[in-house]
Amino acid sequence: MNKLIISLSPHIHAPGSIDRCMWNVVIALVPALAVALWTFGLPALWVTLISVGACLLTEWTITKFMFRRPCTLSNGSALITGILLAFNLPSILPWWMVIIGAIVAIGIGKMSFGGLGCNIWNPALVGRVFLLLSFPAAMTTWPENVDSAFNATTGASSQVDASSGATLLTHLNSGDTSLADYNLLDMMTGHMNGSLGEVGGLAILLGLIYLLVTRTITWHIPVSVIASAAFFSWAFGGNPILDIFAGGLLLGAVFMATDYVTSPMTGKGQLIFGAMIGLITIIIRRYGAYPEGMSFAILLMNSFVPLINRYCRPAIFGAKGRRNQA
Amino acid sequence: MKTFKIGGIHPPENKTTGDSPVVDMPVPGELRIMLSQCIGVPAKPIVKPGDKVEYGQMIAEAPAFVSAPVYSPVNGTVKKLEPTRTPQGIWQDSIVIETDMDNPVSWPAPRTQEEVNDLSPDEIIDLVGNSGIVGLGGATFPTKVKLSVPKGKSVEYVLINGAECEPCLTCDDALMRYDAHNIVKGTLLIMKATGAKSGIIGIEENKPDAIKAMKAAVSGERSLNVVTLKKKYPQGGEKQLIYALTGRTVPAGALPIETGCIVDNVATAYAIYDAIYNRRPLTERIVTVTGPEISEPGNFRVKNGTSIKDILDFAGGVPEDTGKIIAGGPMMGKAVSTLETPATKGLSGLVALPLSESLRKKEGPCIRCARCVSVCPMGLEPYLLMLQADVKKWDDMAASGVMNCLECGCCTYTCPSYRPLLDMIKLGKQELRKK
Amino acid sequence: MTIGISIIVLGVIGIIAAVLLFIAAKKFYVFEDPKIGEIEELLPGANCGGCGFSGCHAFAVECAQAKSMDGLICTGVDAEGMKKIAGIAGLTPVEAQRKIAVIKCSASCENRDPRNIYDGVRSCAIESALYQGESDCIYGCLGCGDCVKACPFGAMRLDPGEQLPHVDLEKCTGCGKCVETCPRHLCELSPIHTDRPVVWVACANRDRGPVAMKECGVACIGCTKCRKVCPVEAPSITSFLAHIDQEKCTSCGECIQACPRHSIRSSAG
Repeated sequence: MNKLIISLSPHIHAPGSIDRCMWNVVIALVPALAVALWTFGLPALWVTLISVGACLLTEWTITKFMFRRPCTLSNGSALITGILLAFNLPSILPWWMVIIGAIVAIGIGKMSFGGLGCNIWNPALVGRVFLLLSFPAAMTTWPENVDSAFNATTGASSQVDASSGATLLTHLNSGDTSLADYNLLDMMTGHMNGSLGEVGGLAILLGLIYLLVTRTITWHIPVSVIASAAFFSWAFGGNPILDIFAGGLLLGAVFMATDYVTSPMTGKGQLIFGAMIGLITIIIRRYGAYPEGMSFAILLMNSFVPLINRYCRPAIFGAKGRRNQA
Repeated sequence: MKTFKIGGIHPPENKTTGDSPVVDMPVPGELRIMLSQCIGVPAKPIVKPGDKVEYGQMIAEAPAFVSAPVYSPVNGTVKKLEPTRTPQGIWQDSIVIETDMDNPVSWPAPRTQEEVNDLSPDEIIDLVGNSGIVGLGGATFPTKVKLSVPKGKSVEYVLINGAECEPCLTCDDALMRYDAHNIVKGTLLIMKATGAKSGIIGIEENKPDAIKAMKAAVSGERSLNVVTLKKKYPQGGEKQLIYALTGRTVPAGALPIETGCIVDNVATAYAIYDAIYNRRPLTERIVTVTGPEISEPGNFRVKNGTSIKDILDFAGGVPEDTGKIIAGGPMMGKAVSTLETPATKGLSGLVALPLSESLRKKEGPCIRCARCVSVCPMGLEPYLLMLQADVKKWDDMAASGVMNCLECGCCTYTCPSYRPLLDMIKLGKQELRKK
Repeated sequence: MTIGISIIVLGVIGIIAAVLLFIAAKKFYVFEDPKIGEIEELLPGANCGGCGFSGCHAFAVECAQAKSMDGLICTGVDAEGMKKIAGIAGLTPVEAQRKIAVIKCSASCENRDPRNIYDGVRSCAIESALYQGESDCIYGCLGCGDCVKACPFGAMRLDPGEQLPHVDLEKCTGCGKCVETCPRHLCELSPIHTDRPVVWVACANRDRGPVAMKECGVACIGCTKCRKVCPVEAPSITSFLAHIDQEKCTSCGECIQACPRHSIRSSAG
């Protein structure tokens, strides 16, 4: 007989694991990736591969030579960051910019805080916003001949050069209301311009359903982001449906804001978090300098997560009144 | 269907012995009877080596109010008083009795229903105390203390816990299927002792036979009710059961009596029946022996003091590749460090896990997925408690409400990073109790 | 033109900020004895608490205010350093006995066969609180290395093969952090002399001889042989366990030779 193993209870464990959660997210990203490839063609594949490759390499290098810890690539989190970063980039971004974005995303966005579980901000968005602020022109230059109902006719943003397309949000932000003839179906199936992952609304919703069914995420964040964005869009006189399906709102609501590490712990906190993301996004879209506000909204609210956690602690069963704040 | 409000998990049941009968295990030649078999002060031996003892004779008395005496399960001779290892490997005093095989137990004459009816509440409580009855759900709190209602408090409901939410265990299930009428008699005695007006027996939905048997047994009693509960762990937790059955919330840090409820396990109710009707003190209990590779799993009625090895041998022996043997259920039970340790009043089951299922997986970083928060039935934040325990901030842990933790293990069970949340929480509770 | 205005504006802002900072620094200046700072620089800064104060700064404050150096010893500083500290404080230095930590267990895995496999958090505190360890001996080292983690000077290391901690005599300052950490009280501070090694009983087993012998290959069984061979009667035996009185011990090494269980050790190796 073997030596008896002793350990504290419980002696059984649920089948889930971090790896499984992360791979579920990767599976949920596949439909959106397919739509991106279909819409933008080969360049989209290159951007995705470069981004994923650079993210994995950065993580491997840092864990191996700086942390001197065992390899953590198999948990899939660097892969997700790579795909999500690519989803936030235009398909015609120069390859070296993609690599810079990936290094910033993993190196500064994640590993500088101590690796998985320690970061404050969503790593992919850190990479994207770094690129957006460093290379504003390249980051808002969209391919021209996309099979889209909204192929650029007017270059609304000053950074957009004449040969490149503009996204729907650029028009909205510039107060151009002449584009009233948008087609919702086109928007949901990738017939519009934008970053890789933004264009397939239906594919993202498919991913959301998969994540909900596998209980990888809860409904709180996606629902509250979308509901709040729709409400404030209506309140500020916009078109809620346009605001939800245009730009990165769906992508952000389903895949970025729901990142475990950078979202609040309780359902109540997650609802507040999501609602605020919706509000900030719409404010930036209406009144800000940038056409798109989702990344900024998520990063801003990421910073508030510790505060939200502090004030939205679960009530101890049977305890009266508010508990002491830790 | 009723259940508790917050948290909870649905572990796989693995109740392989769900339709096995209760089998009496033969009396072994030697019994090691632990003196500390309840929460509270260990009993004090009143026999010495060489003494002849008879079935039902008190061999160790209760030195304090929160304690329970210990009785001899057999006719035999006291061999020696020596320390024996508990499941955790800690030495504790015990009495070793050699069974007199030629002198089988002659059962005492039972009380008639009239005699029982004549007992006053105080007499019932005294009899319970003098039969060494403790909570048989696993906590082993002396039942006499629980039944002695403090002045100024009154009991409205007696809740009988037949939830048996632990995976693998079926000892309560078996008892309810075979002795439903006697459980009801025991419940009525508890109600009489505490002055409660009604009693509720809560059973989880995954035990249809037990529910049927109990419903049939209470059919004549207006004051009793059988309630089917949704299957969710930890339904059998005292506070969770009170909420599920009555909708009342026990204030944090308070006893269930604050809500006018008393919770007792079905096995405890049966032990009370046995003590009062049959004049038999608590010297045996039903133990579920199971495991994926146990050849003859079942529910066995085991004498107090039988070694775990004997019980496992009765169930077909310890499988070759056993890695861990759990005393109790897999969620809250204790891993046994030695097979020499004897069965006690609190032993509800023995689960043998094969080596492949015994080792924990490698711990990863906390990714703040909040699963531990969402499953905690007490509304605590296990991830935070673990961080605080890591840096030895015991006072912060107390402020975070760690003392409300019922150690159900939901957090560790569900953590996708395999973090030992409950280990650290237990350490924190231990450190805080030291202060 | 624009550049000029910018430079002027920024310059003015800079000057205003400097003035405000200067005022604030003057107004909120707290006088601190310069001696405190000087002393603190000589201290190791590990905040080990071995001196009995909450940290190195508190110790420095105490030194600067004290009337005599009695009882004020930083274990992390050598005798030379203590003289300097006393000099700064304007007091006469007190010669202190240097101490090191010794570990009262020498049961490596081969000497003490683990009966169980502990599979949980590698923490002696948890293992000892909730289990009795992996082996039969309930007094011995658990081998999870709580002391190693607690040591502020990096003077301890856990031998991976033996699963026992070892103390680096050069680095150990005798601060006593391990003594308060070990849940089984196996670390003990022992005075060390420059001319001879420390000799100690590396066992804490208080079980009777036959029991201890079964539990561990190097357990002290209380046979009194060490006491018989000792020229100065340093070892004493209480509850089947020998203990060497460091006041009397001359490090002659007779007991190490005589011990049938090899449970007496010397810091000389």
